[in-house]
Amino acid sequence: MLSRILWMLWSLLFVTARRTQLRAVRPESLPRHVAVVPDGNRRWAQARGRLTADGHDAGCRAVELTVRLSREWGIRVLTVFVFSLENFGRPKAWPPLHSLSHSPSPDNIFTLFLNSLNLKAEVDYLMAMIERLIRDNLDEYARNGIRLHVIGDASRQPASLQSTAREAEETTRSNSELHLILAICYSGQWDILQACRQLAGEVHQGSSLLRAEDIDEALLAGKLATSVVGTEVACPDLIIRTSGEQRLSNFLMWQSAYSELYFTDTLWPDFGEEDYLQALSSFQGRERRFGTRTASEALSVAEKAV
Amino acid sequence: EKILSSSGRGALPLSSPSGASGQDKDPHSSVLTTTAGCSSICSPSPSPAYPPESAGLSLPSCSQAAGRSGTPAVLITITGYMKIKKPDAMVATGVLSSVQNFLRKCLIAVLSYGPMPNHIAFIMDGNRRYAKFRSIQQGAGHRVGFSTLISSLLYCYEMGVKYITVYAFSIDNFKRDPGEVESLMQLMEEKINGLLENRSVIDEINCKINIWGDLDLLCEPVRLAAQKLMASTAGNTGLVFSVCMPYNSTSEIVNAVNEICAERREMLQREHAGNWDGHDANNSVHSEISVADLDRHMYSAGCPDPDIVIRTSGETRLSNFLLWQTTFSHLQNPDTLWPDFSFRNLVCAILQYQRAYPYLEQNRKLAKKQL
Repeated sequence: MLSRILWMLWSLLFVTARRTQLRAVRPESLPRHVAVVPDGNRRWAQARGRLTADGHDAGCRAVELTVRLSREWGIRVLTVFVFSLENFGRPKAWPPLHSLSHSPSPDNIFTLFLNSLNLKAEVDYLMAMIERLIRDNLDEYARNGIRLHVIGDASRQPASLQSTAREAEETTRSNSELHLILAICYSGQWDILQACRQLAGEVHQGSSLLRAEDIDEALLAGKLATSVVGTEVACPDLIIRTSGEQRLSNFLMWQSAYSELYFTDTLWPDFGEEDYLQALSSFQGRERRFGTRTASEALSVAEKAV
Repeated sequence: EKILSSSGRGALPLSSPSGASGQDKDPHSSVLTTTAGCSSICSPSPSPAYPPESAGLSLPSCSQAAGRSGTPAVLITITGYMKIKKPDAMVATGVLSSVQNFLRKCLIAVLSYGPMPNHIAFIMDGNRRYAKFRSIQQGAGHRVGFSTLISSLLYCYEMGVKYITVYAFSIDNFKRDPGEVESLMQLMEEKINGLLENRSVIDEINCKINIWGDLDLLCEPVRLAAQKLMASTAGNTGLVFSVCMPYNSTSEIVNAVNEICAERREMLQREHAGNWDGHDANNSVHSEISVADLDRHMYSAGCPDPDIVIRTSGETRLSNFLLWQTTFSHLQNPDTLWPDFSFRNLVCAILQYQRAYPYLEQNRKLAKKQL
């Protein structure tokens, strides 16, 4: 009896705390563009003694939840760093049997061979999983006003994924409630490099149109992959990285110049509504100055520029 | 124990910092007096922990120094409040400072067992807040920040860190109040000229100073002083100290792109002069632009990427600093304000880095295989 009363009291307290937390996040000052680095699927699976594939599946579900929440709360753009160009080089797919360290060193050529097979298997699995994610959720996105963009190095993406992505982009072209950017085979350096190559091409082709000296920040920003959503919201206001790693790892290099960074120890499959709310309220507590003295000064400078 | 305040008999003339350590003064008393010149950098003489000196302002340095050496801060702070225009006097006991030195060296030796960073980058945030909290003029906060910079530089040198980069002034900071920008420029000019005149610190650590940024945006005297400083230390082979001023990472990248395009245009023109196969030459040239090409044209060409990026005062953003170079750097944001950044904070930073090192190193190796 007593334990039941205690349990009811506890759940009441919890619900009240949640409601206060929800109210504490002010809807008028939410970030317009949130970027997420979903790190920690493998560690999550390892901690539970499951296969890495299960970790990635759980990560997928967390991505779907984050997309749904972002749309509900009125965030304009959500970018998810699904697959990095550097992920092609990861040595081990499945949790190693002989050690728990992150970086097992292959000590003979047989292990190297197994590793490379594992690696290819994992990459293929991930690509198939991403394709499944897009295909399964396409109807929901089309219905709910979510527009899908896929950015990244197309030459490294498998052909089936490319065609699914193009199809999904076509289907959701007219939506505008939430722009969902999936960064597949993407890296910040690659993005800047491809923009640089495009600009170099333009300089040489139309010899009188563009000179090398005319290239400025706005021009370069317009050539980046994230400019598909328009230059105003191309730069994320908040970047969330899970699993405690305090690095940017080549994600949205140019665009993250003034982004607030939020690092959390939660692993990505565990990232839920509470963690997201915490990240948003942390964002709202920060004063963004953009190099000027105070936030209000920054705002007035921005207004003058417009 | 005798305590000499800044108005007391321990004050020595302003002239040279290196001659000022009064270790041989009075062997019987447990008081040691050291003074340093107003506008000079603290001397890396063997005795003290590198005490920060602020140029001509008694209050912050006294209270900070007193806090460090543990002598009664009250007396010195009161003297400081009276704004006595005597040289800054720092009081410490001889025994205490040698014990401090010894402990510091032990700590550094212990830390060196783990992986030590080769390149540390600092975003020096919090000077104005420091000034506000201590109710002193804003410009004074920047001056104290400068002395913290020099002491951090010397601590890093002692630890064996070869490259240090600091974010001194952003191109966005030009949007601030013109009075503040003017005072910052004056401070920079003063400090650069001070470094040019008094080379004891630079020569002691054989420091090469780089100034990264769009120097054309600086006013004439500052730019000339900066260029002179770079030229005079170009031949040094020890610590490499890079000051980013005025700097924006996005403009650095655009600058690199400009240079690459201009370079390619020249190459093409030379090829055109050679053969008329213009169109094919176009395509082949553009697909060859690589990450290494962009690296070459960055201001930081020749320097390794930072291992740690420390942003003080608790803000968690990069603010357009070294975006290209910090892909695998460990980002840290301690809550201390920059003028309060001390040896202890530096040790904590390195410990955190050492904890994250295996994972960082693995990812760095993987990335190098790919790109």
